[in-house]
Amino acid sequence: MNFELTEEQKKFRSDIRSFLEEEVPPEHQAVFGVESEEDYRFGRSIQRKLADNGWLTIGWPTEYGGGPKGPIEQSIFSEAMGYGRVPRTGTTALNIVGPAVMYFGTPEQKEKYLPPIARAEAEYCQGFSEPNAGSDLGSLEFRAVRDGDENVLNGSKMFTSWAFRAQYIYLLARTDPDAPKHRGISLFIADVKTPGISFRPLPYINGSMAAQTYFDDARIPSSALIGEENRGWYHAMATLDFERSGLERYASVQRTFDDFVELCKTTKYNGKLLSENPIARHKLAKIKVGMEIWRLLCWKVAWMQSTGAVPNAEASVAFLHGTVQRLEFTQTAMEILGLYGTLMHDPKWSLMRGAIEGIHRESMHLHGAGTTEIHRNIIAQRGLGLPR
Amino acid sequence: MDLGLSEQQEMLSRAAREFLEAECPTTLVRELEDSDGGYSPELWRKMADLGWLGQAFPGQYGGSDGTLIDQVALFEEIGRAILPSPILTSTVLCGQTILYGGNEDQKAALLPLISRGDTIVTLALAEADAGFDGGDISVMATADGGDYVINGTKLFVPYAHVADYLLCVARTSGADSLFLIDSKTAGVNITLLHSVAKYKQHEVALQNVRVPRTNMVGQLDQGRGPLGKAVDWATVVQCGEIVGRCQKVLDLVVDYSKVRVQFGRPIGSFQAVLHQCADLRVAVDGARLVTYQAAWKLVEGRPCSEDIAMAKAFAGSASRQATAVGHGIFAGIAFTVEHDMQLYMMRSKIQEANLGDSDFHLDNLGGYMGFPT
Ligand SMILES: Cc1cc2nc3c(=O)[nH]c(=O)nc-3n(C[C@H](O)[C@H](O)[C@H](O)COP(=O)(O)OP(=O)(O)OC[C@H]3O[C@@H](n4cnc5c(N)ncnc54)[C@H](O)[C@@H]3O)c2cc1C
Repeated sequence: MNFELTEEQKKFRSDIRSFLEEEVPPEHQAVFGVESEEDYRFGRSIQRKLADNGWLTIGWPTEYGGGPKGPIEQSIFSEAMGYGRVPRTGTTALNIVGPAVMYFGTPEQKEKYLPPIARAEAEYCQGFSEPNAGSDLGSLEFRAVRDGDENVLNGSKMFTSWAFRAQYIYLLARTDPDAPKHRGISLFIADVKTPGISFRPLPYINGSMAAQTYFDDARIPSSALIGEENRGWYHAMATLDFERSGLERYASVQRTFDDFVELCKTTKYNGKLLSENPIARHKLAKIKVGMEIWRLLCWKVAWMQSTGAVPNAEASVAFLHGTVQRLEFTQTAMEILGLYGTLMHDPKWSLMRGAIEGIHRESMHLHGAGTTEIHRNIIAQRGLGLPR
Repeated sequence: MDLGLSEQQEMLSRAAREFLEAECPTTLVRELEDSDGGYSPELWRKMADLGWLGQAFPGQYGGSDGTLIDQVALFEEIGRAILPSPILTSTVLCGQTILYGGNEDQKAALLPLISRGDTIVTLALAEADAGFDGGDISVMATADGGDYVINGTKLFVPYAHVADYLLCVARTSGADSLFLIDSKTAGVNITLLHSVAKYKQHEVALQNVRVPRTNMVGQLDQGRGPLGKAVDWATVVQCGEIVGRCQKVLDLVVDYSKVRVQFGRPIGSFQAVLHQCADLRVAVDGARLVTYQAAWKLVEGRPCSEDIAMAKAFAGSASRQATAVGHGIFAGIAFTVEHDMQLYMMRSKIQEANLGDSDFHLDNLGGYMGFPT
């Protein structure tokens, strides 16, 4: 048993941390989801630098420009990005589309799609959810119909985060309506400029901008089919296994928690330091424990991946705990701040530049890679073998 | 990074599980509740033969040179089997205190006896008005010639009735010192307390109990040093025992949910049921990781006070959750004495309170985080 990184890994971690500390000063850090144009550009510029250093795709196989390293280094990188609160860009491309193309793409597709992702040039959005297909994604209705060497896309996608920044939308479409529901779905990459694609702005409560995306006889080349036709569901699920630790999300919350604890030790209210309130002290100690459990559960996933095991229920365990823990933290912090918690970015009076209020909104995102209920289902059914 | 047990540790766990499944079924646990000793001397002997009782002592004292990680792995199995025995107090709490604080003669004399199971030592620490973490100790030890004379009353002393020695924390000049008291000494009066799970804990009244000065463990007034280290060690072991018990409750509940049919389907297919199982799995996984992390840090000689506090705080909450989920899902049958769930529930209270409950450790953690008291 060993809870520590090797010397070489520690060196990597400290290199990347100091790089990020230098490159991402506090005013550029992203505490929650706001993505102003400036933040976005800044985030991209950091990623290009990371790409120059060979770090951005550290977890990718070497043949596609990755480091000769494994899931542990990938996780160190994710954790450092989170703790450094680097504005997130290109995440879908790096963690989802890239691996899908690597595993299932043709040589031409690899050549076309991978290098721009690895150089932090391409941005992707993900078109999976639909108005009538959320947790039950397999019931999606969005259609792709083959017509010569083209596919004609029709339907609507919901919650398309990043839609306004992306060049491509990575999507699931039904290609065989007569097949059993998971066996008639295919994966495509569509250029967002394709005639027939349009977006309705769908602002999120964390300040970022998503879209509902409409496809009206949008024609894309058949060469944009990724993997086998009608195997898209299975390809998409397999690709989800690439970066499962969730360390980036954990670490960014940990950073805000650490800042908040510091704030409590230095901020007086009603004549006393916030940390002198025994109830606050007790609650924060409890959050600290929950945060540490989160960290360990994430690292367990990373470690399993490093041994070649495929974490399944374990990833859901980490995700579920993290989601619940984040909400617990932000609600507690809001409680401790009282009326100060209601301030957003008030230049004069807000504490931590409104970070707690912001991350409180962010923590309502209880359903990223599956809702908490879905993760409980996965843990119980796949992990514990309970009947369906 | 390697978050798994070594092959050898896995083997130890497996062997311990098989052994305890055969030797310590819950029928035995029930029998022992009603026995006077509260443990099985026969089984105790076998545990000694397996090397469990000297697991973490150096070979020179008859031990097996095991680490705290090995010990946590063993105690997961002990917790799973809810094995009733003085192993925690005698071999871990007292054994480690003697190891940390005892002189060469004491170690050479006592540790081999403890590891062979020939001698049982128990810790007499808490009092009516002093928890294990040492509110003011009122039991006094007064020097008298070459002896000390000890007076006062200890409470919650486990297995005192079968112990050969009491390792007693007593106030000396200005601070606390540790004394080994032969339990047969005149003036030692042991009374069983009526406890949950018929746990064998006692009031120990000490009236002019005379012990030779050579029975002092560690330096005068400095008993808290070695004791504190042993308590740290034992707290992690206690967490291991809790994790094992919670895992067992989870396993039982999951097995039952697969076979108990209501409304024409196994209850495990009802989400209200399966979600509770999933949540408990998260808690048990988390408690296990944080426990082993504390063990690993202690083994590596790193600062680990925070980790120990986090481990016991979280293990305590996982333990309460296991009780709630277990009783909730087994429902009515778990309220009957003949069902085993109550055995796990009753013991949860002992283990949660022992060596500090969640609130106690959260409070400590607040201190480590730099919050003023
Ligand atoms: C910030 C944000 C970003 C997102 N980004 C994207 C994106 O880029 N691309 C994309 O495709 N999607 C995206 N999503 C959508 C996300 O994947 C869905 O929200 C998620 O899959 C849940 O679907 P739903 O919201 O329709 O909820 P529903 O599936 O309708 O669920 C409603 C409620 O019913 C419960 N429920 C449903 N099924 C079950 C069941 N079997 N057992 C128990 N309870 C159940 C759910 O847990 C939930 O409580 C994003 C969502 C958010 C909030």
